Amino acid sequence: MRWWERDPWLELAQVFLRNPFRTFLSSLGVGWGLFMILITVGASNGLEEGVKSDMGNRVKNSAFLWTHRTTMPYKGYPKGRYFNLNTADVAFLEENATSLEAVAPRNQLGGWRGGNNVTHGLKTAACGVYGDVPVYKDIDPIVMMEGRYINQRDLDERRKVAVIGKRARQLLFERDEKAVGSHIQIQGVTFTVVGVYRSQQTGEDAEESENNIFTPYTTFNHAFHMGDEVGWLSLLIREDVHGDTAMAEVLRLLKAQKSIHPDDDRAFGNWSMAEMHEEMSTVFGAFRWVSFVFGGLALFAGVIGIMNIMLITIKERTRELGVRRALGATPAVIVIQIMVETLTLTVVAGLIGGVLGVFALEALDTYLAASESNGIFRHPHVTLDVLVTALTTMTILGAFAGILPALRALRVQPVEALRS
Amino acid sequence: MIHLQGITKSYTTGAQSLQVLKGVDLRVEAGELVAIMGSSGSGKSTLLNILGLLDAYDGGQYQLDGRDMAGLSERRAAEMRREMLGFVFQSFNLINFKSAAENVSLPLYYQQVPRKERTRRAHELLDRVGLLDWADHLPSQLSGGQKQRVAIARALAAKPRVILADEPTGALDSSTSEDVMVLLKELNAEGMTMVVVTHENEIARACGRTIRLRDGLVETGMDVGA
Repeated sequence: MRWWERDPWLELAQVFLRNPFRTFLSSLGVGWGLFMILITVGASNGLEEGVKSDMGNRVKNSAFLWTHRTTMPYKGYPKGRYFNLNTADVAFLEENATSLEAVAPRNQLGGWRGGNNVTHGLKTAACGVYGDVPVYKDIDPIVMMEGRYINQRDLDERRKVAVIGKRARQLLFERDEKAVGSHIQIQGVTFTVVGVYRSQQTGEDAEESENNIFTPYTTFNHAFHMGDEVGWLSLLIREDVHGDTAMAEVLRLLKAQKSIHPDDDRAFGNWSMAEMHEEMSTVFGAFRWVSFVFGGLALFAGVIGIMNIMLITIKERTRELGVRRALGATPAVIVIQIMVETLTLTVVAGLIGGVLGVFALEALDTYLAASESNGIFRHPHVTLDVLVTALTTMTILGAFAGILPALRALRVQPVEALRS
Repeated sequence: MIHLQGITKSYTTGAQSLQVLKGVDLRVEAGELVAIMGSSGSGKSTLLNILGLLDAYDGGQYQLDGRDMAGLSERRAAEMRREMLGFVFQSFNLINFKSAAENVSLPLYYQQVPRKERTRRAHELLDRVGLLDWADHLPSQLSGGQKQRVAIARALAAKPRVILADEPTGALDSSTSEDVMVLLKELNAEGMTMVVVTHENEIARACGRTIRLRDGLVETGMDVGA
């Protein structure tokens, strides 16, 4: 077949349009299969996107570490001992832990379900108050709306400055009141507001975290009589190190430092974003895989449908094929004709299904974006590689589907076909 | 043009073997119009299929225009049909979703003649058989006689050396049969070699020579037309 010419395609069009309804029905399966692949893969992408953005784009390589009681006796200490991390441990980790990018000590006052502890004039609010170091912003990114974040000089000079969340600002200040430069009292200690931030999380999580107030870590410990105690550590793990490896190193160092039995795993609590991400990626990877397999099966069923209809058509067209043979069509010409017919039917149906699928996802995406919903389902989409894989699979299946009808067509003997 | 010598053909169905042609000798010269007659089962259709390279023969020799036709591959057979032979069938065998002109140009399509040239030639041929005004009609919109004339135009399209007609008037009434025979005779008069299989004496009489088949052999000494 000389495919660049108009005639073979006119022939195809004639064959298909002879029974348009049947052509439509038989190609429905493939179109539907591709449509389903795109919709399901798109939807699982949307779910993944939604869940991940719900976590506020928190830095993937962050981890958190805190202390419990010891559960094993060691070096003369009994089990059940309470112990605390302190500033020296932070310095020790910064010095010795090779797998860490940054170590941020944190302390907290009040917070969730706490009583009113912050006042500004006559207004009071119950906020989570934290002692932080500048690097914490790299671990849990926030967006500054006014002013600035805590800096190193704040820590060095133990300045009484505070960065407050958007919601804390709403509770403590009038809408048109200037927050930056104003004073607030935290448990009776006066701080100057130097910045207002908003969270990157969504929904309740965002509201919760925008109710927080950050102060310099040194000021915090001094003002609230914490000595050199560290509430918990936020860790930023180097990109090239696996979360588990890093955590193992940190625990080994800290256990030695705090005289804790090397096997006492319950003495520390920890939580790692990387682990969470890994788990979620596994779950969503499986989701995508399942949607691809099921969509693929639908596609397969569709292709079988096309093959079936082609076989039936061959039976009906016995005479036509016989005439073509008598008029000089070589076997190769017939095989190519049937293969191309099958493939064209498959590909056209698949493309239509694919285009509809992409449009449906686009429409859903637009709708979700417009509704500004903060649910865990957002931005459903398919990547180009999914589309390419689906289309390639379909084309290969279509080519295979053409083989059987083509062979059947080849078996048509002109003599038999023309026998009246 | 056509030279058969001792052609044999048998069909095997299950355990039974049926000898259809038992050694046919036949000679058709260029420009002849020959009728092949015989009762049903005499092997005349089989003979025509072998002449038309639509079926293989078991033994003997078949020379078409001086070339031996033994052991042709399907591909070669298709090419030979394309170049040498035109077919006219009893049931017309037009492709029903193609217009008259498209049907006529189909053999040219398989010869990869450019579209414009094909269309021009198809119209020329339809004009020759008096159906130019029906060029864009589908076969279903034509009468039996018109269909057969389209089929004849199609048989002529590739400028064959021989036209093989299988009961060309078998599905037509007597007056249209006559028209078709007149057309075939005109083509013959222009120099076309023709072999017509028929069981109608009238048709055979219109042909220059009649060959009778009986039980797979050519009957000798009979000349109905004379």
